[in-house]
Amino acid sequence: MFFCSGWIAAEEATRAPALGAWLGRQRFLLRMGAGRLGAPMERHCGVAATSASSVREPTPGGPDGRRREPLRRRANSASASAVGASASAEGVRRDRPGSYSGATSASRQRVESLRKKRPLFPWFGLDIGGTLVKLVYFEPKDITAEEEEEEVESLKSIRKYLTSNVAYGSTGIRDVHLELKDLTLCGRKGNLHFIRFPTHDMPAFIQMGRDKNFSSLHTVFCATGGGAYKFEEDFLTIGDLQLCKLDELDCLIKGILYIDSVGFNGRSQCYYFENPADSEKCQKLPFDLRNPYPLLLVNIGSGVSILAVYSKDNYKRVTGTSLGGGTFFGLCCLLTGCTTFEEALEMASRGDSTKVDKLVRDIYGGDYERFGLPGWAVASSFGNMMSKEKREAVSKEDLARATLITITNNIGSIARMCALNEDVRSWVPQTSKEGSCQHLEFFANF
Amino acid sequence: MAECGASGSGSSGDSLDKSITLPPDEIFRNLENAKRFAIDIGGSLTKLAYYSTVQHKVAKVRSFDHSDKDTEQDHEPPYEISVQEEVTARLHFVKFENTYIEACLDFIKDHLVNTETKVIQATGGGAYKFKDLIEEKLQLKVDKEDVMTCLIKGCNFVLKNIPQEAFVYQKGSNPEFRFQTHQPSVFPYLLVSVGSGVSIVKVETEDRFEWIGGSSIGGGTFWGLGALLTKTKSFDELLHLASRGQHANVDMLVQDIYGGAHQTLGLSGNLIASSFGKSATADTEFSKEDMAKSLLHMISNDIGQLACLYAKLHCLDRVYFGGFFIRGHPVTMRTITYSINFFSKGEVQALFLRHEGYLGAIGAFLKGAEQDNPNQYSWEENYAGSSGLMSSSPELCPTQRARSGTFDLLEMDRLERPLVNLPLLLDPSSYVPDTVDLTDDALARKYWLTCFEEALDGVVKRAVASQPGSVDAAERAEKFRQKYWDKLQTLRYQPFAYGTLTVRSLLDTREHCLNEFNFPDPYSKVKQKDNGVALKCFQRVIHSLDALGWEERQLALVKGLLAGNVFDWGAKAVSDVLESDPQFGFEEAKRKLQERPWLVDSYSNWLQRLKGPPHKCALIFADNSGVDVILGVFPFVRELLSRGTEVILACNSGPALNDVTYSESLIVAERIAAMDPVVRSALREERLLLTRTGSSSPCLDLSRLDKGLAVLVRERGADLVVIEGMGRAVHTNYHAALRCESLKLAVIKNSWLAERLGGRLFSVIFKYEVPAE
Repeated sequence: MFFCSGWIAAEEATRAPALGAWLGRQRFLLRMGAGRLGAPMERHCGVAATSASSVREPTPGGPDGRRREPLRRRANSASASAVGASASAEGVRRDRPGSYSGATSASRQRVESLRKKRPLFPWFGLDIGGTLVKLVYFEPKDITAEEEEEEVESLKSIRKYLTSNVAYGSTGIRDVHLELKDLTLCGRKGNLHFIRFPTHDMPAFIQMGRDKNFSSLHTVFCATGGGAYKFEEDFLTIGDLQLCKLDELDCLIKGILYIDSVGFNGRSQCYYFENPADSEKCQKLPFDLRNPYPLLLVNIGSGVSILAVYSKDNYKRVTGTSLGGGTFFGLCCLLTGCTTFEEALEMASRGDSTKVDKLVRDIYGGDYERFGLPGWAVASSFGNMMSKEKREAVSKEDLARATLITITNNIGSIARMCALNEDVRSWVPQTSKEGSCQHLEFFANF
Repeated sequence: MAECGASGSGSSGDSLDKSITLPPDEIFRNLENAKRFAIDIGGSLTKLAYYSTVQHKVAKVRSFDHSDKDTEQDHEPPYEISVQEEVTARLHFVKFENTYIEACLDFIKDHLVNTETKVIQATGGGAYKFKDLIEEKLQLKVDKEDVMTCLIKGCNFVLKNIPQEAFVYQKGSNPEFRFQTHQPSVFPYLLVSVGSGVSIVKVETEDRFEWIGGSSIGGGTFWGLGALLTKTKSFDELLHLASRGQHANVDMLVQDIYGGAHQTLGLSGNLIASSFGKSATADTEFSKEDMAKSLLHMISNDIGQLACLYAKLHCLDRVYFGGFFIRGHPVTMRTITYSINFFSKGEVQALFLRHEGYLGAIGAFLKGAEQDNPNQYSWEENYAGSSGLMSSSPELCPTQRARSGTFDLLEMDRLERPLVNLPLLLDPSSYVPDTVDLTDDALARKYWLTCFEEALDGVVKRAVASQPGSVDAAERAEKFRQKYWDKLQTLRYQPFAYGTLTVRSLLDTREHCLNEFNFPDPYSKVKQKDNGVALKCFQRVIHSLDALGWEERQLALVKGLLAGNVFDWGAKAVSDVLESDPQFGFEEAKRKLQERPWLVDSYSNWLQRLKGPPHKCALIFADNSGVDVILGVFPFVRELLSRGTEVILACNSGPALNDVTYSESLIVAERIAAMDPVVRSALREERLLLTRTGSSSPCLDLSRLDKGLAVLVRERGADLVVIEGMGRAVHTNYHAALRCESLKLAVIKNSWLAERLGGRLFSVIFKYEVPAE
């Protein structure tokens, strides 16, 4: 079986790296001898959802074109456009899990000085992806009067600012529906908040950190994703903030495994689709992750990373593809003129991809029996667009839908092949030819 | 039928009235005997296949009746030559744009005399669309064949019958096309057909193949999505846009995410993290070129990745790519190759096929011709009748664009007998016949092309002279000149057109062109005369050899072999002398030879070997007629026979230059047997066997030899191979590794080659090799 996570797969999952970043730092502290952190997190704070999916034969085509299924879409899916921080560039291979690099000695000193204490508030986890920045913020709810008194003004104002708003500036959004309430982390009770904003607003964010005098808080900014490297210098020179950089894949897995044990406010985070090809019978079911290894983790951010995970800290990046969420969104922008990911998804939910794609039946008049291909399978994505007349007859919604299906099918194909090649075979549920629509469901159900 | 008019006039539309740039009878040749039609209609190109017979003249040699012994001496020529008509089978394949289809069908209908044919096998996406038109025009019933089955049948066929079919493409390296050596077994392999979508098929045997996967992201995606993004209509235009674009303006690269840190992290910053990722984050306008390029990368990478995953899963390392997305386009071959290298870390090679566009038509034809069993024969690409691989990259060769409105041809001749590997090859899968790769070696290419150009006048003259009674000989010879000249010019710019360019391929092309214009054997008369002269000297030479002591005789025999080899009309340096001085004799030739030590000289080892036990059986590949075979080879054969060694003497099946042919060798042997008891008894007792090589080339490809020869070699347990002459032992096989002892000898009759090898004209190569234990 494999997991899909990331900003296309299921929006909750996109928080995994950001959370993992924070958790990773905890582990680091643990290694440094912060004894009491060694205890298992009492009341788990769950975040990322992972979508376990049954797999299917990669037909040359994809979803059943006949049954165009209205995408079920939750109102709050507007927040979905967060990038799974992992840079999924092909060939990016991690040899060392989470590494501190760069200006670590200073932060190490600082960490040393914190040995006896739990880390100072505020607790942040930052995942700076190619498209989106995901920020996790832990809001302590068990602050004693004594603490309240000690709390410096800037810290207080940060807490107030973050928790009392749902939007920050023109692009920052707090995904209220994802908020994890009343959990215990490092012995503190509180809520976990999820905030996202586009990566291109990173300079404004850093500027804000400077304006609000973050550096005076002596907090360690745990960050992962490519942007942790890209913006490290800016954080230091403009914000006087040192980043604690953590490997994003490490963070991703840590985050996912962690939240799985936690659940989403009482519900399971990992789910799969039963009877995905049948719109009537198709249902989202929780997947039991108690004994998940080996598993394939498909992280869909701007691009896609595919990891084979053999145990908690034994994993490798198998491959990746550049056809990911960025491709879906990018192509939709070019093809439809849409400006937000939500808009692109919304259009896709209303379109008919069979007008855009060339199906097997368009070529063979029906099923291609020689190879057992059903007539409704997609033979050529965008294949109908070779014809001028058909180009003129499609709507923007159709194009968005076709883009979505093209990308998701492709990810499914590659993931399935990886599962076979990496011998996570036993975990691949019986493949079924028709099961092509669950990928769509990843999109559809957040 | 459309008139042959100004080309390019119809470039605008989809109308069917485009003019055809070649006279149609030069495209649809041999229609009068055509039967078994097949057609493959793709999205833009139609490929038509038919089987036909070609009647052409062959020079036959026949021994005079020797019943009257007294008259024998009076005959000046040793045998008579007659020119006869021979019928051979040929497969014709014609590729043209769909817009010509109606005009072409009309032409075929008008010229189709044979009415036996009732059906036409059809395949390809367009077969359905044009079904009615075909049935109406040709009055043939359209029989639809499965696309993939045809594709695979075609692929098997070309891989088996065309030695230099598959190549890897390396952009920027020289040569860009690197052809694969002919593999003894073509199975198993993976075929990735990139048409509108992608089909991935695992082929295990001739009849067993399995569709193991596919992808909907293929050529149709490039074309369709590309048309939407760039408002560009045609596929070729899109490719052209892509070749000028910068994908990094549209794609999100690793360095865009990591900033400068990718270097310290050991990441390659130029890798694409997210295709079209930048078009999602910026409000900028993107250029058509950049978007097309990004799209090309996205699709090629995706196809390459899937192909690698499938190859890995099925443990296959040979992956052939085909389909209209590839179709010889350097742009797509380059990106696919890059992707395969990247994803397989070099473990899988992306292979492309020279006749990729014809696979469907070939397969459909084979399906229809199953009762003729074409697969039991060996076939050979006819260089004269085939267009060769054309680069369709506009920037690579601007003159190519003019060709797009014309027709591409492939012709394959049926060989009378199947061809197989020489069983004595050390490693058939790594055997490369040719010594110098002229696609690789630009200097050598330039020299040899010029050399063949300069020799052309002489060949034309010789061709005309060989048919004194023919009224149209001069005209045909002129046509031959034009054809071969054009081929040479094509090869200057597209050295990869017929596979790796070699001296052998240049020679073979010339032979094919000569045959094309009914000059089957321009040297027949010369050979007849030379053989006559040499036969008269035979006994004298034997006497003088027999008078020598053993050790002296061995050297004299070898010198005789070498001196005989100077008599070579194929070498310009020699033909000049032979033309001007017909008295140039055997003794003169010996004097011309380099003194020992020779340029390559392992004679001492050979002599040492001769002092040991005799060989069981020697396989000798003879070279020229006349002095060479009669005064050089036969005395050498005679000595081997006397030692108790059996001899298989292999001569060409068909004529090439003044090389001795199998049928001539039969007569020569017969005449020698009449004079010499050693040869006579050996022939009678079948200790001396004459056989044909299966080739009509002045060079020698040990991987394509007559099956009968291979059987003999096995039966007799040949343990010595003697290869004689520049064409067979230097231009080819110089580096050939055999499982038994071998002798490669030649006189270098080309000063340029001599210089290359570090010697002078008439330098001697004497290479005796013993395989390592």
